[in-house]
Amino acid sequence: MSIVVGSETKLAVSGLTGREGSFHGLRNKAYGTDLVAGVTPGKGGQDVEGVPVFDTIVESVEEAGANTSMIFVPARFAAAAINEAIDSGVETVIAITEGIPVLDMLATYWKAKEAGVRLIGPNCPGVLSPGKANVGIIPAQFFDPGSIGVVSKSGTLTYQIGNELKQAGAGNSSIVGIGGDPIVGSDFIDILTMYEADPETELIVMVGEIGGDAEERAAEFISSEVSKPVVAYIAGFTAPPGKQMGHAGAIISGSSGTAQAKKDALEAKGVRVGQSPTEAAAIAVEMLRAL
Amino acid sequence: MDLLEYQGKQLFAKHGIAVPGGEVAKTVEEAVAAAEEIGYPCAIKAQVLIGGRGKAGGIKIASDQAQAREYADAILGMDIVGPHGEGPFRVDQVWIEGGSDIAAEYYASVILDRGEKKLLAMVSAKGGMDIEAVAAEDPAALVKVHIDPTREFDVSTARGIVAAAGLAEDALDQAAEVLVQLAEVATEEDANLIEVNPLIVTSAREVVALDAKVTIDGNALFRHQDLAEIADTVDDPQEQMAKEKGLTYVKLDGNVGILANGAGLCMSTLDVVAQAGGAPANFLDAGGGSKAEAIVNALEVIKSDAKVSAILFNIFGGITRCDEIANGIVTASSRLELDLPLVVRLDGTNSEEGLAILAEAALPNLHQEKTMLDAARRVVELAGSGS
Repeated sequence: MSIVVGSETKLAVSGLTGREGSFHGLRNKAYGTDLVAGVTPGKGGQDVEGVPVFDTIVESVEEAGANTSMIFVPARFAAAAINEAIDSGVETVIAITEGIPVLDMLATYWKAKEAGVRLIGPNCPGVLSPGKANVGIIPAQFFDPGSIGVVSKSGTLTYQIGNELKQAGAGNSSIVGIGGDPIVGSDFIDILTMYEADPETELIVMVGEIGGDAEERAAEFISSEVSKPVVAYIAGFTAPPGKQMGHAGAIISGSSGTAQAKKDALEAKGVRVGQSPTEAAAIAVEMLRAL
Repeated sequence: MDLLEYQGKQLFAKHGIAVPGGEVAKTVEEAVAAAEEIGYPCAIKAQVLIGGRGKAGGIKIASDQAQAREYADAILGMDIVGPHGEGPFRVDQVWIEGGSDIAAEYYASVILDRGEKKLLAMVSAKGGMDIEAVAAEDPAALVKVHIDPTREFDVSTARGIVAAAGLAEDALDQAAEVLVQLAEVATEEDANLIEVNPLIVTSAREVVALDAKVTIDGNALFRHQDLAEIADTVDDPQEQMAKEKGLTYVKLDGNVGILANGAGLCMSTLDVVAQAGGAPANFLDAGGGSKAEAIVNALEVIKSDAKVSAILFNIFGGITRCDEIANGIVTASSRLELDLPLVVRLDGTNSEEGLAILAEAALPNLHQEKTMLDAARRVVELAGSGS
């Protein structure tokens, strides 16, 4: 097994006719992902290298059997595209687009929740389940199949860690980029829940960044709900002060949102935190071998 | 994007919230002229994006023309350091407004709660002081209520909040109205943080916003023309240059120039350089899929900071191709006559091709390292103390 995407994934890409959408959509297909449709309003009936294009996502569901939607449309139209996907009947929506206004995502988040649709992103690199499916922009060559589940706010940092794991001979059940925006469809806790239930995942690597309190919440959750070992890495210890949400942000979360606060919260719950991506990967490999 | 106090107040006024009238001034003469027009007493307030201005001497009340001149002269050009050591922030404009007759000081805010995925309204009768301290010492004095995203936030709901916070009975209706208007600013102007401290009641029993701290969602500027114009004014020369070239750049205090691809990897690079004993000069995310030309632009921005004494390239190519990066480095070196030490770590997509390009160019100032940690140690060594 794996999480979010796998051999059962039937993918429709919104924005497949665009430059980025076609490049990555076809790359995902070449990896072995079952790409069943593209969606671009007004271009229904065309095809992109043999992949049929529909005007609406719901047509891609009804006519091509899509169960997963990837959103690659420009920021100012992206929330509307995600909303369309939520209403279309797919189970999972993966939004790659960056730069979507937070208030748009606030409404979309609750819409997805209400509909029971799993939303990943936006502003994320997507989800890769090595050997099964790749939905998004994660370069698959740095990851082998295996038993480490990765969940991360950052793209390139994930590739860095994945590559170190691969060189050490360890592979991944899935790699989930949840995105670094203030409002994302799935948080660390949502993905940790899925990894905990996934029989193939034996250990979880969590990659966080400054801002918000998702890591602190995850620390609480790990201590009570996650039986599998978790290794973490946090980026942003040297980020300048004054670039965060200010005083009021600290009041709500009860945490300053700094990298140090996140590290402390995780360590207080027994999660080992690497000083660098390299050390985090080394700790993960060492703990996996000891299992 | 953070707004200055006066920009925030202008936004408040647009939504019907009472604010003191005033004028912005960039010189002492302008400030004195504004004070004469407004009358005395008037407040002269430093316009910088940091709290604690009053304590730092950036807010003064002038009771005549001589004082207006004295205070404007003192405040314009002063450097203000934030309560947590932020800055310094140079004051290049002041806001002059009529003195307010204060009967009571409250606190009100509407902010995005990332964890709960809702807007949160907060009100306290203990305004005019450090709200973090109030929250820590007397949590009950700060009333926090999430705004239901599925319903209209109406005056009666708002009245319940301000009443629970213990505001004066005769100010409740006006305060409730203000809270609704603040929520309106949040949703209509894409403001993710709005803080009013203090929200005052005057002796004439009028509720007025005496300060404004507003953060606008940078991703939503396309639908706010007026706010987008404010965003175009950046003070720092390097940040201005980076903005024009479409790069994500934040200036820091150190001497090690940093270039990485992706925000997460870039932050991580700053951290490992600091762990190796160095001081990063900047954050620069060259972005995914960086092409050679972007690398030339990035190096130009980093190099224009005179403090930089060595530069670290930390690239893990995913979508980004290392051969493109290597071509950019070679082009930039000749075009910019770059003689600073460059430490380069290239890994990931097309790294072998990239390394071959660098080997062939044989730049005398270029040092290659295989790992991120080795590269960090090397650049710190080459940068020296920088002083």
